[in-house]
Amino acid sequence: MDKSSEASKNSNTLIWGIIFIIGAIMLVWSMSTSRTGQVWVTPEQHAFTAGADGKYSATDTPSSEDIAWVTYNVVPDSELTQEVIDSGSATLSWSRTIGLWLAAIFTLFILSFLVGDNPAYKFAEAMVVGTSAGYVMVIGIWDVFVPLLLGKLAPGFVQTAFLPGMDASAGTQLLYIIPAILIIMLLFQLMPSGGWISRWPIAFFIGITAGYRMIGYVEADLVAQIKAAIVPLWVTGENGFVFWPSFNAVILTVATLSAMIYFFFSVEHKGLLGKTARVGIWFLMITFGASFGYTVMGRIALLAARLEFLFGDWLHFIPSS
Amino acid sequence: MLLAVAIPILAKTVFPVNISPQTMMVFNAIEDLPDGSRILLSYDFDPASQGELLPMAQAFTRHCSIKGHKQYYMALWPLGSPMVDLSIDTIESEYPNLVYGEDYVKFDYKTGGEAVIRMITQDLRGMYELDSKGVSLDNIPMTKNIKNIQDMDLIINVSAGDPGTKQWVQFAATPFGITTVSGCTGVQAPQMYPYIPDQLAGVLGAIKAAAEYEAAIDEVYPSIASNPKAQEAKRRMGPQLVAHGLMVCLIILGNIIFFVSRKRGLA
Repeated sequence: MDKSSEASKNSNTLIWGIIFIIGAIMLVWSMSTSRTGQVWVTPEQHAFTAGADGKYSATDTPSSEDIAWVTYNVVPDSELTQEVIDSGSATLSWSRTIGLWLAAIFTLFILSFLVGDNPAYKFAEAMVVGTSAGYVMVIGIWDVFVPLLLGKLAPGFVQTAFLPGMDASAGTQLLYIIPAILIIMLLFQLMPSGGWISRWPIAFFIGITAGYRMIGYVEADLVAQIKAAIVPLWVTGENGFVFWPSFNAVILTVATLSAMIYFFFSVEHKGLLGKTARVGIWFLMITFGASFGYTVMGRIALLAARLEFLFGDWLHFIPSS
Repeated sequence: MLLAVAIPILAKTVFPVNISPQTMMVFNAIEDLPDGSRILLSYDFDPASQGELLPMAQAFTRHCSIKGHKQYYMALWPLGSPMVDLSIDTIESEYPNLVYGEDYVKFDYKTGGEAVIRMITQDLRGMYELDSKGVSLDNIPMTKNIKNIQDMDLIINVSAGDPGTKQWVQFAATPFGITTVSGCTGVQAPQMYPYIPDQLAGVLGAIKAAAEYEAAIDEVYPSIASNPKAQEAKRRMGPQLVAHGLMVCLIILGNIIFFVSRKRGLA
Protein backbone atom coordinates (compact mmCIF):
# COMPACT_ATOMS: atom_id res chain seq x y z
CA MET A 1 0.00 0.00 0.00
CA ASP A 2 1.45 3.39 -0.98
CA LYS A 3 1.72 6.28 1.44
CA SER A 4 -1.14 8.34 -0.05
CA SER A 5 -3.70 5.52 0.17
CA GLU A 6 -2.53 4.68 3.68
CA ALA A 7 -2.91 8.33 4.71
CA SER A 8 -6.38 8.39 3.12
CA LYS A 9 -7.37 5.26 5.01
CA ASN A 10 -6.07 6.71 8.28
CA SER A 11 -7.99 9.95 7.77
CA ASN A 12 -11.14 7.99 6.96
CA THR A 13 -10.72 5.95 10.13
CA LEU A 14 -10.17 9.15 12.11
CA ILE A 15 -13.30 10.80 10.68
CA TRP A 16 -15.44 7.77 11.36
CA GLY A 17 -13.92 7.38 14.81
CA ILE A 18 -14.89 10.95 15.63
CA ILE A 19 -18.42 10.39 14.27
CA PHE A 20 -18.87 7.26 16.39
CA ILE A 21 -17.51 9.00 19.54
CA ILE A 22 -19.88 11.94 18.99
CA GLY A 23 -22.70 9.45 18.43
CA ALA A 24 -21.85 7.57 21.63
CA ILE A 25 -21.77 10.82 23.64
CA MET A 26 -25.14 11.86 22.19
CA LEU A 27 -26.53 8.43 23.03
CA VAL A 28 -25.36 8.58 26.66
CA TRP A 29 -26.68 12.13 26.98
CA SER A 30 -30.00 11.16 25.46
CA MET A 31 -30.34 8.08 27.69
CA SER A 32 -29.65 10.13 30.81
CA THR A 33 -32.17 12.84 29.96
CA SER A 34 -34.97 10.89 28.25
CA ARG A 35 -36.39 7.41 27.66
CA THR A 36 -34.09 6.73 24.76
CA GLY A 37 -34.21 3.17 23.52
CA GLN A 38 -37.16 2.24 25.71
CA VAL A 39 -40.52 0.93 24.55
CA TRP A 40 -43.48 1.44 26.85
CA VAL A 41 -46.75 -0.36 26.31
CA THR A 42 -50.30 -0.40 27.59
CA PRO A 43 -52.28 -3.64 27.83
CA GLU A 44 -55.58 -4.03 25.98
CA GLN A 45 -57.96 -6.79 27.01
CA HIS A 46 -59.99 -8.68 24.40
CA ALA A 47 -62.73 -11.08 25.48
CA PHE A 48 -65.53 -12.88 23.69
CA THR A 49 -68.35 -14.85 25.20
CA ALA A 50 -70.56 -17.44 23.51
CA GLY A 51 -74.27 -16.65 23.27
CA ALA A 52 -77.15 -19.14 23.35
CA ASP A 53 -76.98 -19.46 19.54
CA GLY A 54 -73.29 -20.38 19.75
CA LYS A 55 -72.14 -17.09 18.24
CA TYR A 56 -69.44 -15.11 20.02
CA SER A 57 -69.80 -11.47 21.05
CA ALA A 58 -67.43 -9.08 22.82
CA THR A 59 -67.68 -8.79 26.60
CA ASP A 60 -65.99 -6.51 29.14
CA THR A 61 -66.31 -8.99 32.01
CA PRO A 62 -64.90 -12.31 30.82
CA SER A 63 -65.37 -15.48 32.82
CA SER A 64 -63.08 -18.51 32.82
CA GLU A 65 -65.19 -20.14 30.07
CA ASP A 66 -64.85 -17.19 27.69
CA ILE A 67 -62.10 -16.63 25.17
CA ALA A 68 -59.85 -13.83 26.36
CA TRP A 69 -56.43 -12.49 25.49
CA VAL A 70 -54.34 -9.36 25.98
CA THR A 71 -52.53 -7.31 23.36
CA TYR A 72 -50.00 -4.58 24.12
CA ASN A 73 -50.00 -1.24 22.32
CA VAL A 74 -46.93 0.97 22.14
CA VAL A 75 -47.37 4.30 23.94
CA PRO A 76 -46.26 7.22 21.74
CA ASP A 77 -43.70 9.64 23.22
CA SER A 78 -46.24 12.43 23.33
CA GLU A 79 -48.54 10.39 25.59
CA LEU A 80 -45.87 8.90 27.84
CA THR A 81 -45.92 11.19 30.87
CA GLN A 82 -44.66 10.54 34.40
CA GLU A 83 -48.29 10.37 35.55
CA VAL A 84 -49.03 7.58 33.07
CA ILE A 85 -46.01 5.62 34.31
CA ASP A 86 -46.76 6.23 38.00
CA SER A 87 -50.37 5.14 37.54
CA GLY A 88 -49.14 1.79 36.23
CA SER A 89 -51.17 1.95 33.03
CA ALA A 90 -47.94 1.94 30.98
CA THR A 91 -45.20 -0.60 31.56
CA LEU A 92 -41.73 -0.97 30.12
CA SER A 93 -41.72 -3.80 27.57
CA TRP A 94 -38.36 -5.52 27.89
CA SER A 95 -38.89 -7.76 24.88
CA ARG A 96 -39.71 -4.85 22.58
CA THR A 97 -36.91 -2.75 24.08
CA ILE A 98 -34.39 -5.48 23.34
CA GLY A 99 -35.83 -5.82 19.84
CA LEU A 100 -35.50 -2.07 19.30
CA TRP A 101 -31.86 -2.11 20.39
CA LEU A 102 -31.10 -5.08 18.18
CA ALA A 103 -32.70 -3.32 15.21
CA ALA A 104 -30.71 -0.17 15.90
CA ILE A 105 -27.43 -2.02 16.40
CA PHE A 106 -27.91 -4.07 13.23
CA THR A 107 -28.74 -0.91 11.28
CA LEU A 108 -25.48 0.63 12.46
CA PHE A 109 -23.62 -2.60 11.66
CA ILE A 110 -24.93 -2.49 8.08
CA LEU A 111 -24.14 1.22 7.75
CA SER A 112 -20.61 0.50 9.01
CA PHE A 113 -19.89 -0.86 5.52
CA LEU A 114 -19.37 2.79 4.57
CA VAL A 115 -16.10 2.63 6.51
CA GLY A 116 -15.17 -0.59 4.75
CA ASP A 117 -15.83 -4.31 4.95
CA ASN A 118 -15.66 -5.32 8.62
CA PRO A 119 -16.73 -8.15 10.98
CA ALA A 120 -19.75 -6.20 12.28
CA TYR A 121 -21.11 -5.79 8.75
CA LYS A 122 -20.42 -9.43 7.91
CA PHE A 123 -22.19 -10.55 11.09
CA ALA A 124 -25.26 -8.43 10.32
CA GLU A 125 -25.27 -9.59 6.69
CA ALA A 126 -25.12 -13.24 7.76
CA MET A 127 -27.93 -12.67 10.27
CA VAL A 128 -30.15 -11.07 7.61
CA VAL A 129 -29.55 -13.89 5.13
CA GLY A 130 -29.96 -16.60 7.78
CA THR A 131 -33.11 -15.25 9.39
CA SER A 132 -34.66 -14.49 5.98
CA ALA A 133 -33.96 -18.03 4.76
CA GLY A 134 -35.35 -19.53 7.96
CA TYR A 135 -38.44 -17.33 7.85
CA VAL A 136 -39.11 -18.12 4.19
CA MET A 137 -38.75 -21.84 4.87
CA VAL A 138 -41.23 -21.76 7.75
CA ILE A 139 -43.68 -19.64 5.72
CA GLY A 140 -43.26 -22.04 2.79
CA ILE A 141 -44.05 -25.08 4.93
CA TRP A 142 -47.13 -23.66 6.67
CA ASP A 143 -48.62 -21.51 3.91
CA VAL A 144 -47.81 -23.65 0.87
CA PHE A 145 -46.62 -27.18 1.64
CA VAL A 146 -49.18 -28.04 4.32
CA PRO A 147 -52.38 -26.61 2.76
CA LEU A 148 -51.59 -27.11 -0.94
CA LEU A 149 -49.82 -30.48 -0.92
CA LEU A 150 -50.22 -32.30 2.39
CA GLY A 151 -53.80 -31.04 2.62
CA LYS A 152 -54.58 -32.65 -0.75
CA LEU A 153 -52.88 -35.96 -0.02
CA ALA A 154 -54.01 -36.40 3.60
CA PRO A 155 -56.88 -33.92 4.07
CA GLY A 156 -58.33 -35.64 7.13
CA PHE A 157 -55.02 -35.59 8.98
CA VAL A 158 -54.26 -31.98 8.04
CA GLN A 159 -57.74 -30.86 9.07
CA THR A 160 -57.45 -32.60 12.43
CA ALA A 161 -53.85 -31.68 13.18
CA PHE A 162 -53.26 -28.25 11.60
CA LEU A 163 -56.12 -26.58 9.73
CA PRO A 164 -59.54 -27.17 11.33
CA GLY A 165 -61.13 -24.68 8.89
CA MET A 166 -60.14 -26.79 5.90
CA ASP A 167 -62.74 -28.70 3.90
CA ALA A 168 -61.67 -32.36 3.85
CA SER A 169 -64.79 -33.67 2.14
CA ALA A 170 -63.07 -33.98 -1.26
CA GLY A 171 -60.88 -36.76 0.12
CA THR A 172 -57.40 -37.67 -1.07
CA GLN A 173 -56.51 -36.19 -4.47
CA LEU A 174 -54.08 -38.69 -5.95
CA LEU A 175 -52.98 -36.32 -8.72
CA TYR A 176 -50.94 -34.45 -6.10
CA ILE A 177 -48.63 -37.44 -5.78
CA ILE A 178 -46.88 -36.12 -8.91
CA PRO A 179 -45.68 -32.85 -7.33
CA ALA A 180 -44.76 -34.81 -4.18
CA ILE A 181 -42.54 -37.11 -6.27
CA LEU A 182 -41.01 -34.10 -8.04
CA ILE A 183 -40.17 -32.55 -4.64
CA ILE A 184 -38.44 -35.76 -3.51
CA MET A 185 -36.55 -35.90 -6.81
CA LEU A 186 -35.44 -32.30 -6.29
CA LEU A 187 -33.94 -33.21 -2.91
CA PHE A 188 -31.51 -35.56 -4.68
CA GLN A 189 -29.52 -32.39 -5.40
CA LEU A 190 -28.29 -32.68 -1.81
CA MET A 191 -27.20 -36.32 -2.16
CA PRO A 192 -23.56 -37.18 -2.79
CA SER A 193 -24.62 -39.20 -5.83
CA GLY A 194 -27.75 -39.28 -7.98
CA GLY A 195 -27.78 -35.53 -8.46
CA TRP A 196 -28.95 -36.08 -12.04
CA ILE A 197 -32.35 -37.13 -10.70
CA SER A 198 -32.96 -33.54 -9.56
CA ARG A 199 -32.53 -32.30 -13.14
CA TRP A 200 -35.90 -33.72 -14.13
CA PRO A 201 -38.01 -31.57 -11.78
CA ILE A 202 -35.77 -28.58 -12.51
CA ALA A 203 -36.34 -29.09 -16.24
CA PHE A 204 -40.07 -29.41 -15.61
CA PHE A 205 -40.08 -26.22 -13.55
CA ILE A 206 -38.07 -24.26 -16.12
CA GLY A 207 -40.30 -25.51 -18.93
CA ILE A 208 -43.48 -24.49 -17.11
CA THR A 209 -42.04 -21.08 -16.24
CA ALA A 210 -40.85 -20.49 -19.82
CA GLY A 211 -44.27 -21.44 -21.17
CA TYR A 212 -46.08 -19.18 -18.73
CA ARG A 213 -43.79 -16.25 -19.37
CA MET A 214 -43.85 -16.60 -23.13
CA ILE A 215 -47.63 -16.32 -23.16
CA GLY A 216 -47.49 -13.32 -20.82
CA TYR A 217 -44.81 -11.48 -22.77
CA VAL A 218 -46.38 -12.09 -26.18
CA GLU A 219 -49.79 -10.91 -25.05
CA ALA A 220 -48.89 -8.02 -22.75
CA ASP A 221 -45.50 -6.83 -23.96
CA LEU A 222 -45.60 -7.55 -27.69
CA VAL A 223 -49.14 -7.42 -29.03
CA ALA A 224 -50.56 -4.95 -26.50
CA GLN A 225 -47.51 -2.68 -26.71
CA ILE A 226 -47.56 -2.63 -30.51
CA LYS A 227 -51.22 -1.70 -30.27
CA ALA A 228 -50.42 1.02 -27.72
CA ALA A 229 -47.68 2.44 -29.96
CA ILE A 230 -50.01 2.91 -32.92
CA VAL A 231 -51.46 6.32 -32.10
CA PRO A 232 -52.82 9.17 -34.20
CA LEU A 233 -50.21 11.91 -34.64
CA TRP A 234 -52.84 14.57 -35.20
CA VAL A 235 -55.01 14.62 -32.08
CA THR A 236 -58.21 16.61 -32.14
CA GLY A 237 -60.57 17.54 -29.34
CA GLU A 238 -63.89 19.34 -29.12
CA ASN A 239 -62.24 22.57 -30.27
CA GLY A 240 -60.13 21.06 -33.02
CA PHE A 241 -56.39 20.39 -32.92
CA VAL A 242 -54.86 19.68 -29.46
CA PHE A 243 -51.16 20.44 -29.30
CA TRP A 244 -49.68 18.52 -26.33
CA PRO A 245 -51.28 15.12 -26.96
CA SER A 246 -50.21 15.44 -30.62
CA PHE A 247 -46.69 16.39 -29.54
CA ASN A 248 -46.54 13.42 -27.15
CA ALA A 249 -47.76 11.09 -29.91
CA VAL A 250 -45.04 12.35 -32.29
CA ILE A 251 -42.35 11.92 -29.58
CA LEU A 252 -43.63 8.41 -28.82
CA THR A 253 -43.50 7.41 -32.48
CA VAL A 254 -40.10 8.95 -33.19
CA ALA A 255 -38.58 7.51 -30.00
CA THR A 256 -39.95 4.02 -30.63
CA LEU A 257 -38.82 3.88 -34.26
CA SER A 258 -35.41 5.45 -33.73
CA ALA A 259 -34.59 3.26 -30.72
CA MET A 260 -35.60 0.17 -32.70
CA ILE A 261 -33.41 1.25 -35.61
CA TYR A 262 -30.45 1.59 -33.24
CA PHE A 263 -30.79 -2.12 -32.40
CA PHE A 264 -31.02 -3.07 -36.08
CA PHE A 265 -27.46 -4.20 -36.76
CA SER A 266 -27.97 -6.01 -40.09
CA VAL A 267 -27.23 -2.78 -41.98
CA GLU A 268 -24.31 -0.46 -41.27
CA HIS A 269 -25.37 2.67 -39.38
CA LYS A 270 -24.54 5.25 -42.06
CA GLY A 271 -26.41 8.11 -43.69
CA LEU A 272 -30.09 8.53 -42.74
CA LEU A 273 -30.08 5.22 -40.86
CA GLY A 274 -27.03 6.31 -38.84
CA LYS A 275 -28.60 9.67 -37.97
CA THR A 276 -31.85 7.99 -36.93
CA ALA A 277 -29.92 5.50 -34.80
CA ARG A 278 -28.14 8.47 -33.22
CA VAL A 279 -31.51 9.96 -32.27
CA GLY A 280 -32.42 6.54 -30.86
CA ILE A 281 -29.31 6.62 -28.66
CA TRP A 282 -30.39 9.98 -27.27
CA PHE A 283 -33.81 8.63 -26.36
CA LEU A 284 -32.19 5.57 -24.76
CA MET A 285 -29.83 7.78 -22.76
CA ILE A 286 -32.73 9.91 -21.55
CA THR A 287 -34.52 6.70 -20.49
CA PHE A 288 -31.44 5.42 -18.66
CA GLY A 289 -31.04 8.82 -17.01
CA ALA A 290 -34.63 8.68 -15.78
CA SER A 291 -34.02 5.17 -14.44
CA PHE A 292 -30.86 6.31 -12.68
CA GLY A 293 -32.64 9.32 -11.18
CA TYR A 294 -35.44 7.11 -9.91
CA THR A 295 -32.89 4.64 -8.49
CA VAL A 296 -31.10 7.41 -6.61
CA MET A 297 -34.44 8.60 -5.25
CA GLY A 298 -35.21 5.07 -4.07
CA ARG A 299 -31.88 4.67 -2.32
CA ILE A 300 -32.19 8.03 -0.56
CA ALA A 301 -35.70 7.05 0.57
CA LEU A 302 -34.31 3.86 2.11
CA LEU A 303 -31.57 5.79 3.92
CA ALA A 304 -34.11 8.36 5.14
CA ALA A 305 -36.32 5.57 6.49
CA ARG A 306 -33.45 4.04 8.50
CA LEU A 307 -32.37 7.44 9.84
CA GLU A 308 -35.97 8.18 10.81
CA PHE A 309 -35.97 4.92 12.74
CA LEU A 310 -32.68 5.72 14.48
CA PHE A 311 -33.58 9.34 15.29
CA GLY A 312 -37.22 8.63 16.11
CA ASP A 313 -37.94 5.17 17.48
CA TRP A 314 -34.52 4.66 19.04
CA LEU A 315 -33.05 8.03 20.07
CA HIS A 316 -36.33 9.95 20.37
CA PHE A 317 -34.80 13.09 18.79
CA ILE A 318 -37.92 13.34 16.63
CA PRO A 319 -41.42 11.89 17.16
CA SER A 320 -41.30 8.16 16.42
CA SER A 321 -42.92 7.06 13.16
CA MET B 1 -24.77 12.81 1.81
CA LEU B 2 -25.49 11.36 5.25
CA LEU B 3 -25.79 14.87 6.66
CA ALA B 4 -27.87 16.02 3.67
CA VAL B 5 -30.39 13.32 4.52
CA ALA B 6 -30.09 13.53 8.33
CA ILE B 7 -30.40 17.29 8.81
CA PRO B 8 -33.83 17.70 7.12
CA ILE B 9 -35.09 14.73 9.16
CA LEU B 10 -33.93 16.27 12.43
CA ALA B 11 -35.19 19.70 11.37
CA LYS B 12 -38.52 18.10 10.34
CA THR B 13 -38.36 19.97 7.03
CA VAL B 14 -41.44 19.41 4.87
CA PHE B 15 -41.78 21.00 1.45
CA PRO B 16 -45.02 21.63 -0.44
CA VAL B 17 -45.96 18.89 -2.89
CA ASN B 18 -47.47 19.46 -6.33
CA ILE B 19 -49.73 16.63 -7.44
CA SER B 20 -48.95 15.34 -10.92
CA PRO B 21 -51.60 14.10 -13.41
CA GLN B 22 -50.07 10.58 -13.20
CA THR B 23 -50.70 10.47 -9.45
CA MET B 24 -54.24 11.77 -9.95
CA MET B 25 -54.89 8.87 -12.32
CA VAL B 26 -54.17 6.44 -9.47
CA PHE B 27 -56.11 8.52 -6.96
CA ASN B 28 -59.14 8.73 -9.27
CA ALA B 29 -59.04 5.00 -10.01
CA ILE B 30 -59.78 4.38 -6.32
CA GLU B 31 -61.82 7.51 -5.62
CA ASP B 32 -64.21 7.10 -8.55
CA LEU B 33 -65.23 3.58 -7.56
CA PRO B 34 -68.57 3.35 -5.71
CA ASP B 35 -68.14 2.97 -1.94
CA GLY B 36 -67.82 -0.65 -0.95
CA SER B 37 -66.15 -1.78 -4.17
CA ARG B 38 -63.95 -4.86 -4.11
CA ILE B 39 -60.23 -4.12 -4.24
CA LEU B 40 -57.44 -6.69 -4.30
CA LEU B 41 -54.20 -5.40 -2.79
CA SER B 42 -51.11 -7.44 -3.51
CA TYR B 43 -48.02 -6.48 -1.52
CA ASP B 44 -45.12 -7.79 -3.55
CA PHE B 45 -42.26 -6.26 -1.61
CA ASP B 46 -40.21 -6.95 1.49
CA PRO B 47 -38.48 -5.00 4.27
CA ALA B 48 -35.61 -4.12 1.91
CA SER B 49 -38.02 -1.80 0.05
CA GLN B 50 -40.11 -0.86 3.06
CA GLY B 51 -38.74 2.68 3.27
CA GLU B 52 -39.76 3.38 -0.30
CA LEU B 53 -43.00 1.42 -0.65
CA LEU B 54 -44.65 1.17 2.76
CA PRO B 55 -45.78 4.85 2.79
CA MET B 56 -47.68 4.36 -0.46
CA ALA B 57 -49.04 0.99 0.70
CA GLN B 58 -50.35 2.62 3.87
CA ALA B 59 -51.80 5.47 1.82
CA PHE B 60 -53.64 2.92 -0.35
CA THR B 61 -54.98 1.29 2.81
CA ARG B 62 -56.19 4.58 4.28
CA HIS B 63 -57.79 5.67 1.01
CA CYS B 64 -59.60 2.33 0.58
CA SER B 65 -60.64 2.31 4.24
CA ILE B 66 -62.08 5.81 4.26
CA LYS B 67 -63.98 5.00 1.05
CA GLY B 68 -65.34 1.85 2.67
CA HIS B 69 -63.99 -0.39 -0.05
CA LYS B 70 -63.73 -4.13 0.59
CA GLN B 71 -60.01 -4.89 0.85
CA TYR B 72 -58.55 -8.28 -0.08
CA TYR B 73 -54.87 -8.47 0.90
CA MET B 74 -52.36 -10.95 -0.46
CA ALA B 75 -48.61 -11.23 -1.08
CA LEU B 76 -46.54 -12.91 -3.76
CA TRP B 77 -43.35 -12.39 -1.74
CA PRO B 78 -42.86 -14.41 1.45
CA LEU B 79 -41.80 -11.31 3.36
CA GLY B 80 -44.72 -9.36 1.88
CA SER B 81 -47.04 -11.01 4.36
CA PRO B 82 -45.63 -9.06 7.36
CA MET B 83 -45.98 -5.90 5.26
CA VAL B 84 -49.69 -6.70 4.87
CA ASP B 85 -49.86 -7.07 8.65
CA LEU B 86 -48.64 -3.48 9.01
CA SER B 87 -51.54 -2.27 6.87
CA ILE B 88 -53.97 -4.38 8.86
CA ASP B 89 -52.55 -2.82 12.04
CA THR B 90 -53.33 0.57 10.48
CA ILE B 91 -56.90 -0.46 9.75
CA GLU B 92 -57.38 -1.82 13.29
CA SER B 93 -55.96 1.27 14.99
CA GLU B 94 -57.32 4.03 12.73
CA TYR B 95 -60.55 2.52 11.39
CA PRO B 96 -61.92 0.43 14.28
CA ASN B 97 -65.37 0.46 12.66
CA LEU B 98 -64.08 -1.84 9.90
CA VAL B 99 -64.55 -5.54 10.63
CA TYR B 100 -62.24 -8.36 9.59
CA GLY B 101 -64.03 -10.64 7.18
CA GLU B 102 -66.63 -8.02 6.28
CA ASP B 103 -64.44 -5.10 5.22
CA TYR B 104 -60.96 -6.58 4.89
CA VAL B 105 -59.41 -9.99 4.69
CA LYS B 106 -55.89 -11.35 4.36
CA PHE B 107 -54.68 -14.29 2.30
CA ASP B 108 -51.39 -15.92 3.13
CA TYR B 109 -48.32 -15.94 0.92
CA LYS B 110 -48.32 -18.54 -1.83
CA THR B 111 -45.31 -19.45 -3.88
CA GLY B 112 -45.38 -19.43 -7.66
CA GLY B 113 -45.55 -15.78 -8.70
CA GLU B 114 -47.28 -15.64 -12.07
CA ALA B 115 -48.70 -19.15 -11.54
CA VAL B 116 -50.58 -17.86 -8.48
CA ILE B 117 -51.96 -14.93 -10.48
CA ARG B 118 -52.92 -17.23 -13.33
CA MET B 119 -54.71 -19.57 -10.94
CA ILE B 120 -56.69 -16.94 -9.02
CA THR B 121 -57.89 -15.30 -12.22
CA GLN B 122 -59.76 -18.58 -12.79
CA ASP B 123 -60.34 -20.09 -9.35
CA LEU B 124 -59.58 -18.26 -6.11
CA ARG B 125 -60.23 -21.31 -3.95
CA GLY B 126 -57.84 -23.38 -6.00
CA MET B 127 -55.06 -21.37 -4.37
CA TYR B 128 -56.66 -19.92 -1.24
CA GLU B 129 -59.05 -22.35 0.38
CA LEU B 130 -58.59 -20.56 3.71
CA ASP B 131 -57.76 -17.02 4.78
CA SER B 132 -54.70 -16.26 6.89
CA LYS B 133 -56.62 -17.08 10.09
CA GLY B 134 -57.48 -20.55 8.79
CA VAL B 135 -61.15 -19.79 8.09
CA SER B 136 -62.76 -21.23 4.97
CA LEU B 137 -63.54 -18.59 2.34
CA ASP B 138 -67.10 -19.94 2.23
CA ASN B 139 -67.57 -18.82 5.85
CA ILE B 140 -66.25 -15.29 5.36
CA PRO B 141 -68.94 -12.77 4.31
CA MET B 142 -66.74 -10.83 1.89
CA THR B 143 -65.28 -13.89 0.15
CA LYS B 144 -68.12 -16.39 0.04
CA ASN B 145 -69.44 -15.00 -3.25
CA ILE B 146 -66.07 -14.44 -4.88
CA LYS B 147 -65.25 -17.00 -7.56
CA ASN B 148 -62.04 -15.48 -8.87
CA ILE B 149 -60.31 -12.13 -9.04
CA GLN B 150 -62.24 -11.18 -12.16
CA ASP B 151 -64.90 -10.28 -9.58
CA MET B 152 -62.63 -7.50 -8.29
CA ASP B 153 -63.29 -3.90 -9.29
CA LEU B 154 -59.64 -2.94 -8.98
CA ILE B 155 -56.24 -4.50 -8.35
CA ILE B 156 -53.66 -2.47 -6.47
CA ASN B 157 -50.16 -3.86 -6.70
CA VAL B 158 -47.30 -2.54 -4.58
CA SER B 159 -44.25 -3.93 -6.25
CA ALA B 160 -40.50 -4.10 -5.68
CA GLY B 161 -39.58 -6.52 -8.48
CA ASP B 162 -40.38 -9.97 -9.77
CA PRO B 163 -43.08 -11.18 -9.22
CA GLY B 164 -44.76 -7.82 -9.22
CA THR B 165 -46.51 -5.32 -11.42
CA LYS B 166 -45.18 -6.80 -14.66
CA GLN B 167 -46.70 -10.18 -13.83
CA TRP B 168 -50.03 -8.60 -12.79
CA VAL B 169 -50.11 -6.78 -16.12
CA GLN B 170 -49.21 -9.92 -18.05
CA PHE B 171 -51.53 -12.37 -16.34
CA ALA B 172 -54.44 -10.33 -14.95
CA ALA B 173 -54.73 -6.82 -16.40
CA THR B 174 -54.05 -7.56 -20.08
CA PRO B 175 -55.77 -10.91 -20.67
CA PHE B 176 -58.81 -10.28 -18.45
CA GLY B 177 -59.06 -6.49 -18.55
CA ILE B 178 -59.10 -6.15 -14.76
CA THR B 179 -58.42 -2.51 -13.90
CA THR B 180 -55.03 -2.37 -12.22
CA VAL B 181 -52.91 0.36 -10.64
CA SER B 182 -49.37 0.03 -9.41
CA GLY B 183 -47.16 1.56 -6.78
CA CYS B 184 -43.61 0.57 -7.52
CA THR B 185 -40.00 1.29 -6.68
CA GLY B 186 -38.13 3.97 -8.58
CA VAL B 187 -36.01 1.35 -10.31
CA GLN B 188 -39.11 -0.23 -11.85
CA ALA B 189 -41.09 2.91 -12.62
CA PRO B 190 -39.70 3.68 -16.13
CA GLN B 191 -40.55 0.11 -17.18
CA MET B 192 -44.15 0.48 -16.02
CA TYR B 193 -45.10 3.80 -17.64
CA PRO B 194 -45.53 2.26 -21.14
CA TYR B 195 -48.42 0.20 -19.75
CA ILE B 196 -50.43 3.38 -19.09
CA PRO B 197 -53.31 3.81 -19.84
CA ASP B 198 -54.51 0.63 -21.55
CA GLN B 199 -52.90 -2.02 -19.32
CA LEU B 200 -52.43 0.02 -16.14
CA ALA B 201 -54.82 2.71 -14.95
CA GLY B 202 -51.96 4.50 -13.22
CA VAL B 203 -48.53 4.15 -11.65
CA LEU B 204 -47.07 5.66 -8.50
CA GLY B 205 -43.33 5.74 -9.05
CA ALA B 206 -41.23 5.81 -5.89
CA ILE B 207 -41.48 8.02 -2.84
CA LYS B 208 -42.20 11.23 -4.75
CA ALA B 209 -45.41 9.84 -6.21
CA ALA B 210 -46.29 8.45 -2.77
CA ALA B 211 -45.94 11.97 -1.33
CA GLU B 212 -48.16 13.33 -4.11
CA TYR B 213 -50.71 10.61 -3.43
CA GLU B 214 -50.73 11.48 0.28
CA ALA B 215 -51.26 15.14 -0.66
CA ALA B 216 -54.16 14.18 -2.96
CA ILE B 217 -55.81 12.21 -0.15
CA ASP B 218 -55.25 15.08 2.29
CA GLU B 219 -57.00 17.52 -0.06
CA VAL B 220 -60.14 15.41 -0.29
CA TYR B 221 -60.09 13.97 3.22
CA PRO B 222 -58.77 16.59 5.69
CA SER B 223 -59.25 14.15 8.59
CA ILE B 224 -56.32 12.12 7.25
CA ALA B 225 -54.19 15.26 6.87
CA SER B 226 -54.11 15.68 10.67
CA ASN B 227 -52.66 12.18 11.14
CA PRO B 228 -48.82 12.42 11.28
CA LYS B 229 -48.50 8.75 10.37
CA ALA B 230 -50.28 9.49 7.09
CA GLN B 231 -47.62 12.05 6.12
CA GLU B 232 -44.67 9.65 5.99
CA ALA B 233 -43.88 10.05 2.28
CA LYS B 234 -44.26 13.84 2.40
CA ARG B 235 -41.86 13.90 5.33
CA ARG B 236 -39.29 11.93 3.34
CA MET B 237 -39.34 14.45 0.49
CA GLY B 238 -37.37 16.93 2.63
CA PRO B 239 -34.25 14.72 2.69
CA GLN B 240 -34.86 13.93 -1.00
CA LEU B 241 -34.76 17.58 -2.01
CA VAL B 242 -31.63 18.41 -0.02
CA ALA B 243 -29.80 15.23 -1.10
CA HIS B 244 -30.70 15.75 -4.76
CA GLY B 245 -29.63 19.39 -4.52
CA LEU B 246 -26.30 18.25 -3.13
CA MET B 247 -25.90 15.70 -5.92
CA VAL B 248 -26.66 18.26 -8.62
CA CYS B 249 -24.12 20.65 -7.06
CA LEU B 250 -21.49 17.89 -6.93
CA ILE B 251 -22.14 16.92 -10.57
CA ILE B 252 -21.77 20.56 -11.66
CA LEU B 253 -18.64 20.94 -9.51
CA GLY B 254 -17.18 17.72 -10.93
CA ASN B 255 -17.80 18.94 -14.48
CA ILE B 256 -16.23 22.32 -13.76
CA ILE B 257 -13.14 20.63 -12.30
CA PHE B 258 -12.99 18.30 -15.32
CA PHE B 259 -13.19 21.11 -17.88
CA VAL B 260 -10.76 23.32 -15.98
CA SER B 261 -8.31 20.42 -15.68
CA ARG B 262 -8.66 19.65 -19.38
CA LYS B 263 -8.04 23.26 -20.26
CA ARG B 264 -4.87 23.19 -18.18
CA GLY B 265 -3.86 19.96 -19.84
CA LEU B 266 -4.14 17.86 -16.69
CA ALA B 267 -6.83 15.50 -17.96
